[in-house]
Amino acid sequence: MDSIYKALVDIVGEDYVSNQKEELFTYSKDLGTSEPQWPNYVAAPKTADEVSRIVKLANEQNVAVVPLGGGMSLAGLALPLKGGIEMDLKRMDRILELNVKDRYVLLEAGTSQGKLTAYLHRHAPNLMHSEPGAPPAATIGGNLAIHGQGDLGHPYGFNSDMINGLEVVLPTGEICRFGSCALGNDWYTMHPLPDVSLFMGWSGSTGIITKVSLRLFPCKKINEQDIFLLEDEELVPEVLYELTHVGMAEDMMVVSQEIPPPFNRLHYVMVNIAGDTRDELEFKRQLMFDGKLAEYIKDGRGGIGAAGMDIERPVISKTSDWRKGGGFEYVGAIVPVTSYPQCYRHGVEVSARHGIPYTTLGRVLGTGHSMMFSWTFAFNRADEDTVRHSREALHETDEAVLKMGGTLWKPAVFGQKLVMKQMDEGTLQVMKKVKHMLDPNGIMNPGNWEVA
Amino acid sequence: MVKLNFDENKCLACETRDCLTKCQYLDMDAEEAGAEMEKIIAGKDSRVLHECRTCYACEEYCPMGNHPFYLIVQRQEELNIPPLPEPIIKQGVQLGIPFRGDPEIEEIGGRVLNMGVFSPLTHLARGKLFEGLTLMSTDSRKMHHFFCQLMYLHFARTSVINERLPAVIDTILAYKPTEVVHFHDECYGAYTSYAPAFGIEVPFKSIHLFEHLYHRLLELKDQIRPLNYKVAYQRPCSSRLSPDGHAYVDKIFDLVGVKHVEREYVDENALCCGSTILSQRQEGSRRYCLELQKKNIADMKQAGAELCIFNCPACMQTIGKQVAENGIMPIWMSDLCRMAIGEKPD
Ligand SMILES: Cc1cc2nc3c(=O)[nH]c(=O)nc-3n(C[C@H](O)[C@H](O)[C@H](O)COP(=O)(O)OP(=O)(O)OC[C@H]3O[C@@H](n4cnc5c(N)ncnc54)[C@H](O)[C@@H]3O)c2cc1C
Repeated sequence: MDSIYKALVDIVGEDYVSNQKEELFTYSKDLGTSEPQWPNYVAAPKTADEVSRIVKLANEQNVAVVPLGGGMSLAGLALPLKGGIEMDLKRMDRILELNVKDRYVLLEAGTSQGKLTAYLHRHAPNLMHSEPGAPPAATIGGNLAIHGQGDLGHPYGFNSDMINGLEVVLPTGEICRFGSCALGNDWYTMHPLPDVSLFMGWSGSTGIITKVSLRLFPCKKINEQDIFLLEDEELVPEVLYELTHVGMAEDMMVVSQEIPPPFNRLHYVMVNIAGDTRDELEFKRQLMFDGKLAEYIKDGRGGIGAAGMDIERPVISKTSDWRKGGGFEYVGAIVPVTSYPQCYRHGVEVSARHGIPYTTLGRVLGTGHSMMFSWTFAFNRADEDTVRHSREALHETDEAVLKMGGTLWKPAVFGQKLVMKQMDEGTLQVMKKVKHMLDPNGIMNPGNWEVA
Repeated sequence: MVKLNFDENKCLACETRDCLTKCQYLDMDAEEAGAEMEKIIAGKDSRVLHECRTCYACEEYCPMGNHPFYLIVQRQEELNIPPLPEPIIKQGVQLGIPFRGDPEIEEIGGRVLNMGVFSPLTHLARGKLFEGLTLMSTDSRKMHHFFCQLMYLHFARTSVINERLPAVIDTILAYKPTEVVHFHDECYGAYTSYAPAFGIEVPFKSIHLFEHLYHRLLELKDQIRPLNYKVAYQRPCSSRLSPDGHAYVDKIFDLVGVKHVEREYVDENALCCGSTILSQRQEGSRRYCLELQKKNIADMKQAGAELCIFNCPACMQTIGKQVAENGIMPIWMSDLCRMAIGEKPD
């Protein structure tokens, strides 16, 4: 029998390892436009210790290890580009500690967003975490590994800025802790020790996050969505400036898409607000709509499209239904809010050129400090020509983002290469040193963030 | 030729000026109302064109059977005095654009049920009360082909209605219906009030949902168990175009054994749900809308209503939640009728 397979069976047990084609098949694909990439093995560890032993084995055998959470990142980031062991972390989904008073939850990194949300609804209904708009099967660890953002993006920024501690298995197998937990204390803060946490944004190529202490925030009793509509994209940044000035929203997104028609060439500023009482909500609405935005309403340039709606998760995935075949992938970038008009126009132009109905979305991060902007390209999985068009549109958008002065978010390998080509040489060298120091044999998610 | 059939002479001869003096949102005496109507007729600017809340009620108030509301809306468009901000108008106009292929039409040759643009709500049209009625547009993706377009009265866009309505009529006609029961007041109003007023031919017979429900309930009378609730009714704006349909509300309530509570904002005096007022350009519209909604719901509460009956999806969406938060159960008219004959609403 294959010695690596046998060693993996020893570590995780026979039920949680496979080298069978029919099982590897599932792991060879992701949801986007990437070509299939086959792993040689898939293993699903249950503990950090098992993760560590697998990583050590991989070093000994010189095979790659690719961490996999929910596999929802779309850009092929968790595909085994160089074969090896696909490490499925979904069994590491225990919620270990809920500290209501100090507002954090300690959990295993394979816990899904949906599980945590359901858990909090039940055990701490007045607390919430910043859930990304991804399908609920996405994991906490996977989202942090790519600097995700979610429901509380406006007040608190990136999800990766909302952590109080980490446990990571290094590419050489050591298990390390960062934050107050490194002193054996509770998991209540990430700062103020010297900053050596080098795992966010690396797409799992510097280590495997196994535990996370996640900050929790007040969850108000009533959560609703209001919509402010604009036609002129040039007005979006100033309206967001006014809205972020009053700071009443939890999450703020701007959506424009060709289909369905009511969204076409219009900008839906979606403002999520929360309150424990109707009066609290009304106070917030007064500040937002009866203050500065009143001018836009009066002169007819902007209008309240809806108020008090139930909050739906972002509906980007629905755009994949607007053409047959149900596929989509997006380029995400972090850009200044003032770039919105340019980003939007690019989306309309590139989509039209590739025969794809355009879909764009911007999410405000922090108090208008930046914006995650995404360009979504739908394709028909059964029609290679439409897949090719989407792939080309994605690549052209990667290039356009950098030309516009944007920063690519969770880029696929194509985008990573563009980023590194443009990157300051000094920074690039630090990345190279970090990667080499932590992963001397280059076994962690190889192909990603590889500095030449 | 699509042209509003508005008789100026009738209007100028009117002494009461009910269209504007009865308006709940404009404060006007008969003298001022007369002067403003004259301006509107002459195609001149008038404060009415700026302050109209587009509640449709003047169509009902007019004692001369004229069409003051349609005229106001037409003038708002001609003089470019849109009640709503431009992006809201654009959104609304685009809302009616079909985008997922044409409906597959089979000749029915009998009575049909038209859900209009609300085909996702077909669960409201189930059970014995709807037996014998064939639903057009079972595919909710094709709903826009059945959209009567009348909503654009709120948007100062009679031009859009006039342009699109004939094609919608043709679609319905292609089913070869003998009679069309319209689920929504808005559709009924479009085919029985708006279209005739603008000289648009409607070659099918329209029946208001409430008339249909009433007659079905009569047929099923022995199955009715009185519900014994105290109810309020949220009258939609488009019901102002069909007072004949509105007359069935109390008849149905009597049949199903509920008490229509006595309150101030009822029948002719009904208040708008606020859906369109919320977004209007007039200063303070958002807060005005809230005050209106509070006043309306407080009135229901004070009158002791246990249920609030809705027929309009826009009203339900706009104030249904608030109604519920105030301890009054929002419920559809068709569901109320189903409950009365022992059915459980879906
Ligand atoms: C419809 C849709 C909407 C989305 N909306 C959002 C959104 O609003 N905000 C947002 O941030 N994202 C969004 N995404 C992108 C993505 O799904 C999320 O970021 C998701 O949280 C990624 O988590 P995952 O578990 O699926 O990661 P995976 O795809 O499994 O992994 C992502 C990367 O992290 C690595 N990785 C996984 N787990 C670990 C770990 N424990 N330690 C180290 N590395 C690891 C993988 O190797 C891979 O490189 C969306 C995706 C879809 C399909």
